[in-house]
Amino acid sequence: MTSHTLSVLVENRAGVLSRVAGMFSRRGFNIESLAVGTCEEPGMSRITIVVNGDDAVVEQVMKQTNKLIDVIKVSDLTERESVERELALIKVAAESGPVRAEIMQIANIFRAQIVDVGTRTLVLQVAGDTDKIDALEKLLRQYGIKELVRTGKVALLRGSKTVKSSK
Amino acid sequence: MKTGARTLIEALQREGVDTIFGYPGGVVLPIYDELYDSSIRHILVRHEQAAAHAADGYARASGRVGVCLATSGPGACNLVTGIATAYMDSIPIVALTGQVPTALLGNDAFQESDITGITIPITKHNYLVKKAADIDRVVREAFYIARTGRPGPVLIDLPKDVTMGVVDEVSSPPPAEISLRGYQPTYDGHVRQIDKALDLIARAERPLVYAGGGVILSGASTELREFVETAAIPVTTTLMGLGAIPGDHPLNLGMLGMHGTQAANYAVTECDLLIAIGVRFDDRVTGKIEAFAPNAQIIHIDIDPAEIGKNKKVDVPIVGDVGRVLRAMLARMQKHGDTANWVNRAGTWKAQFPPGYRDDDRLRPQYVIQQLSDLMKGEGIVTSEVGQNQMWTALYYCFKRPRSWITSGGLGTMGYGFPAAIGAHFARPGETVVDVAGDGSFQMNIQELATVAHNNIPVKVVILNNMYLGMVRQWQELFYDRRYAYTELSPVDFVRVANAYGVEGIRVEEKAEVREALETALGHDGPFVLDFRIEREENVFPMVPAGAAINEMIGVRQP
Repeated sequence: MTSHTLSVLVENRAGVLSRVAGMFSRRGFNIESLAVGTCEEPGMSRITIVVNGDDAVVEQVMKQTNKLIDVIKVSDLTERESVERELALIKVAAESGPVRAEIMQIANIFRAQIVDVGTRTLVLQVAGDTDKIDALEKLLRQYGIKELVRTGKVALLRGSKTVKSSK
Repeated sequence: MKTGARTLIEALQREGVDTIFGYPGGVVLPIYDELYDSSIRHILVRHEQAAAHAADGYARASGRVGVCLATSGPGACNLVTGIATAYMDSIPIVALTGQVPTALLGNDAFQESDITGITIPITKHNYLVKKAADIDRVVREAFYIARTGRPGPVLIDLPKDVTMGVVDEVSSPPPAEISLRGYQPTYDGHVRQIDKALDLIARAERPLVYAGGGVILSGASTELREFVETAAIPVTTTLMGLGAIPGDHPLNLGMLGMHGTQAANYAVTECDLLIAIGVRFDDRVTGKIEAFAPNAQIIHIDIDPAEIGKNKKVDVPIVGDVGRVLRAMLARMQKHGDTANWVNRAGTWKAQFPPGYRDDDRLRPQYVIQQLSDLMKGEGIVTSEVGQNQMWTALYYCFKRPRSWITSGGLGTMGYGFPAAIGAHFARPGETVVDVAGDGSFQMNIQELATVAHNNIPVKVVILNNMYLGMVRQWQELFYDRRYAYTELSPVDFVRVANAYGVEGIRVEEKAEVREALETALGHDGPFVLDFRIEREENVFPMVPAGAAINEMIGVRQP
């Protein structure tokens, strides 16, 4: 069982996400994370799906995804050189001056940004791979995380290679 | 300028639609108003489920796309079982549904249901049309998707304001060609894979062809026959593949799987090369998957790449249209193995262990099917319901042609056969159509007696009446200590029911009356119901218990 990051190019149409997500749940495939948004091609969107399974399962996932009429292309980025990023916003308790300073130091080390300063809280924005965000979350837990939100993973191939409609 | 409904009818005509099976309702009024004086024939069913099954039966009998039409909400929901039936067996139908006006969508309006949402898992694709100008394109795409690649059902949901809306013909001419960047089926097999397969065939000593519904859908029966005759390879078919090769062909070992013949199941277990053609290694075929074809390398030919390797690892996958791949294989085949011993061995199994039953003076269902088969001589069309009636027909009827056998294989839908027979009649009007039914299944769409009476549709219904849900009772007998929990059905006088609808019928209680009753029904100019009161606790054998390997059959002659 390994995590695979799939890049799925789809028609930007109503219902396409529910077609993809519904197929995953129907066939018992586990989605670890999912991110969707418009992309460089007009009329298309790119979905990045992280799915867990052995090679046979992932092969089925890709074939079944490809069968959907609104899916244009599916690529597995796992074994290829790629850049993978998640974004998290973390609201952490920061009542006293020394605590604030410590949190800001940690933010600095993680290259996180302070995007909101409240009287009793700070909101940190951090981007990176899954491990980095996990590590930051762990460190901040001692101060009291009030709220946390993470995006699904997005990924791109390194270099000039692309995942595009071949048609 | 013309209305959306008018545009729809013209688009359907362009697709060659001659018959629609449907049921009117509020939001489809604009469509019905246009249908009223169009050249398309509309058959009014008595339940929307029957419309979907009839469209499906039409498609299976003709090879063309079947069309059904229902109103929004309950009408659309009633199509669901029929759409799922078509989906599981890869049957091309287009289901048209009315929908509440776009302004009311999502408001829980009267008779609103999210039918596109509901049918995503059971359609190849579906559409909610938001403006009248899209109707032409959507209809073209829907028919194209339904009939190409691996066929399947497509649903088009049409809000009332869309069918009432106007289309500017100048600004939205019908599209000339269809191009879907997300849908490009592979038809030709990869030459290197084909050569690899031929290499395995040349070296095999005990090859076996396992052929299924894909052969029928591809129209590749001739190719299949030439292939197995050329290479001298015995062949077994799935339930869906019956008729792909004649039932009395010397190389045909009959059906395999849970109720397969001994010859077929032994051959699968002993073969050293399994050539799977247009099949999907369904659990009812394979039994315990690890013990399926345990000594064989596997070649798998199918148009759907997702079927390859889904249930069973294969050695040589070939993605493509079955007919084209077989033609390419025949053209490139240089030699084949010496299979004479193996063909003999399979032939011996076949001769030694034919499906059998106690042929005494009791009225047994197998005898009814054999007599029917004898009278039909491989002509015409037989549909079935689901359960024992279906399996007895599969085992004891000799299918000689593709598209002569119409049954719900994947979904196993009781109530399918009767409306499917109605659809089959309109696809091939001159031919005899017989629905083999059980008393349980027939009662699931018995209201269609009104449809056949109203239109004088000459479908013959052969009810194998045992006053049980027979297949479930069989399982209870064998695996649940004869505890017949809720499988006994109260007796129904089907002849009187038929008469009440204006359909003729006969009840048959004696074996000696079987032949004459069948002849009367087949000779009758109109619909006819035969109520055969069969031995109540007759079982379907051979049988592979759930979870067992397919050579571990019960109710068989011991080798």
